[in-house]
Amino acid sequence: MLKTPVPSGPAEPAPFLALDGIRKTYPGVVALESFSMRVAPGEVIGLVGENGAGKSTLMKILGGIVAPDQGTITVDGAAHERLTVGTSMQAGIAFVHQELNLFDNLDVAANVFLGREPLKGGPLRLVDRAALRAACEPYLKQVGANFPADAPVASLSLAQQQMVEIAKALSMKARLVILDEPTSSLPVAETDKLLDVIAGLKKQGISVIFISHRLHEIQRVAERVLVMRDGALVGRLGKDEISHDAMVKLMIGRALKAREALAPARQPGSVALSARGIRTPAYPHRSVDLDLRRGEILGLAGLVGSGRTELARVLFGIDRRLGGTIALDGPPLALAAAADAVANGIFLVPEDRKATGILLDLPIAQNISLPDLRRHARRFLVSPRSEAGTAEVQKKNLAIKAPSVATLTGTLSGGNQQKVVLGKWLAMKPKVMILDEPTRGIDIGAKAEIYALMRSLADAGVAVLMISSDMEEVIGVSDRIAVMHEGRISGYLDRDDFSQENVLLLAIGKSAGTEAGAAVPAA
Amino acid sequence: MSKKDLGLLILILVVGVVVAVINPRFLLPINLANTSNLIGLFGILSIGQAFVIITGGIELSVGSLVALLGVLFIDMIATRGMAWPLALMLIIVFGGVIGLAHGWLIARLKLQPFVVTLCGLLIYRGVARFYTKDGTAGFAFGQNFPSLEFLTAGRFHGVPNSFIALIVISAVMWVLLHRSVFGRYLYAIGKNEEAAKYSGIHTDRVVIAAYVICGVLTALSAIYFAMYTRSISPASHGQFYELYAIAAAVLGGFSLRGGEGSLVGAVLGTVLLQELQNLVNLLGIPSSLNFAVMGGVILLGVLIDQQWSVFRAQRLVAEAARQQQ
Repeated sequence: MLKTPVPSGPAEPAPFLALDGIRKTYPGVVALESFSMRVAPGEVIGLVGENGAGKSTLMKILGGIVAPDQGTITVDGAAHERLTVGTSMQAGIAFVHQELNLFDNLDVAANVFLGREPLKGGPLRLVDRAALRAACEPYLKQVGANFPADAPVASLSLAQQQMVEIAKALSMKARLVILDEPTSSLPVAETDKLLDVIAGLKKQGISVIFISHRLHEIQRVAERVLVMRDGALVGRLGKDEISHDAMVKLMIGRALKAREALAPARQPGSVALSARGIRTPAYPHRSVDLDLRRGEILGLAGLVGSGRTELARVLFGIDRRLGGTIALDGPPLALAAAADAVANGIFLVPEDRKATGILLDLPIAQNISLPDLRRHARRFLVSPRSEAGTAEVQKKNLAIKAPSVATLTGTLSGGNQQKVVLGKWLAMKPKVMILDEPTRGIDIGAKAEIYALMRSLADAGVAVLMISSDMEEVIGVSDRIAVMHEGRISGYLDRDDFSQENVLLLAIGKSAGTEAGAAVPAA
Repeated sequence: MSKKDLGLLILILVVGVVVAVINPRFLLPINLANTSNLIGLFGILSIGQAFVIITGGIELSVGSLVALLGVLFIDMIATRGMAWPLALMLIIVFGGVIGLAHGWLIARLKLQPFVVTLCGLLIYRGVARFYTKDGTAGFAFGQNFPSLEFLTAGRFHGVPNSFIALIVISAVMWVLLHRSVFGRYLYAIGKNEEAAKYSGIHTDRVVIAAYVICGVLTALSAIYFAMYTRSISPASHGQFYELYAIAAAVLGGFSLRGGEGSLVGAVLGTVLLQELQNLVNLLGIPSSLNFAVMGGVILLGVLIDQQWSVFRAQRLVAEAARQQQ
């Protein structure tokens, strides 16, 4: 099933784009290693791989945003060391990102021709609206759009908006359209529509690279599939070899690594936080049941967009839940605002540290005291000495590297900022600690400290919920793993069933492998 | 007192010296007393505005409220014969309720502060004019309220009581803004409302409270203004006062993005504005130029402040680079 990575197969038509031996490193990570691929006119290539497999680096190199360290990029026979944004566009490479870059206050034609509007009126430089619309129509027809060129973008569905993006790419004479997770936010009917558009592009001789976590979609439209893992191309599947299992096997690379080091086994405590039938705004029709036990670290894995952060926001009271009950140590909680969660000892270390975790313009001491300011106040006047005292303790315990607790938090490194976020909660009495991607963008040393800290919290009887997209982190740190898939928990894994394969299978909505033991699917 | 406040104080003193040299009447007790009376009246407004601006909001209905509440107050005590302490309480409560309504619309219903208070500006002005049938509200001949008049328009050892009131209010509000839990919440919300919410602060309650404080202080100053002018024609009374208040706060170092500024700054900003008014009068500058002078000075002040912080940031970077070498 696994072909050896030969540069080109015999059946392929002459490629117009070739990557050879591409290597790209970032400090501490190899993002791409000896990567080669060919793109021939009119072929649809599926590109799959886990989060962090190197897909986005590849996209950036193709888009001319980053330069590879090694390797050549050949366009129509001309070899380049790198592409620039300009040469990438000239080569006819166009991107449709998951996050659409449309102006929803303008109409379709204005978006397609933004910055290239046909003009009239000589020196007045007026937009020739009629010509604009007329120029847009053929591209809309090409993508099979069922909406006019003067429709406001705000009135279009997500799939229709993606069609506008594709039409825009076509209007720039694209030969290769790269669709990055285009279906992740689309309902099923809309997805079908988009897949039809891809088939239509192929017929017109336009190539497509289709990146998706939804393997059945890849199976439907791709003629061949490239599988990436840890920055390398680990497999190529031809048309008849494309199957769900083959892709998954390559993505995980079973038997690659021995089992990751696990945390030593522990006796879990009683249930601290119990959530039943929780529905979040992200997936209003799915519900989540979750029990979080005292003294355990429950890893919450899943693909980006599976609803984990939304669940955390609901458990912390930031978002109102659409349904369900949350109980802490037995009695139900109202949780109308984050303040209610904080008052009950449920704390969140949010995903976006700078926007929601800390106030960058405040000193360390004031960040740490903020949620517990009343305790630092006599009558209603804040005692800076009490604040500084508490902050000093946290600074020492967490080894926050800063000249003093009066240092502005924004001047610290990412790891130290994260420690400030942790410090503000540790200074109170946590019962439930929710950490959303706690080590993202943090150097390795600080990561280890944060793992140790989570463990000591659990040992002290705190219930810890850790959301993480880092597979090794989830497996190495958790006592138990829950995996989310499209807004519901697709399964729990106990220590004996911990494996990247099982986590990934659950993350893409399959049940965990039987040979690894029984995984309990959620009710 | 921060460096910014100190700079403002020096500017006030320098302008004062220049005016005094050109026209010594500036230092006459009567001139100083009149000016400090106006400082008292406008200062109370500016402090209220400052509490709203620090949350990143704005309160544009202040001038119209001064007219509406002034009209109501005079009507209560002059024509309806209500005891003035009761009327005073009612007006203050009314101001607070209006602040509550604004805050609720802004914090809970997520309307933009500019829009909500702009509508307030139009509504209260209109209601005030309708209430007096576009006439003038005032006292009948010989109608006197000795204790109220003493407290509002009177003087204590030559110092206008309105100015003394400002000092007292400033002191209380300084503690509230710079020392209390509530004040810290205000700054936190102004800097980053989301992060404040994620720290478990009831951000909407705090924002609503800021508008209530603004409403109460506006009501108080409306009474002072009413007792100062003693007759109110609601078509023009208090017009543009919201802009004086905003200008004073901006001069005092408040950022309209929120999260920045000191109470001393807002008061000093008011002092500078009134000093400029006075300067226009005393230096024989045509009074039609009044607004132009004020606008020019504010623009200059903000510009210098901005350039100064850019310069300081550059110097910091240069210094850091030198130390690295």
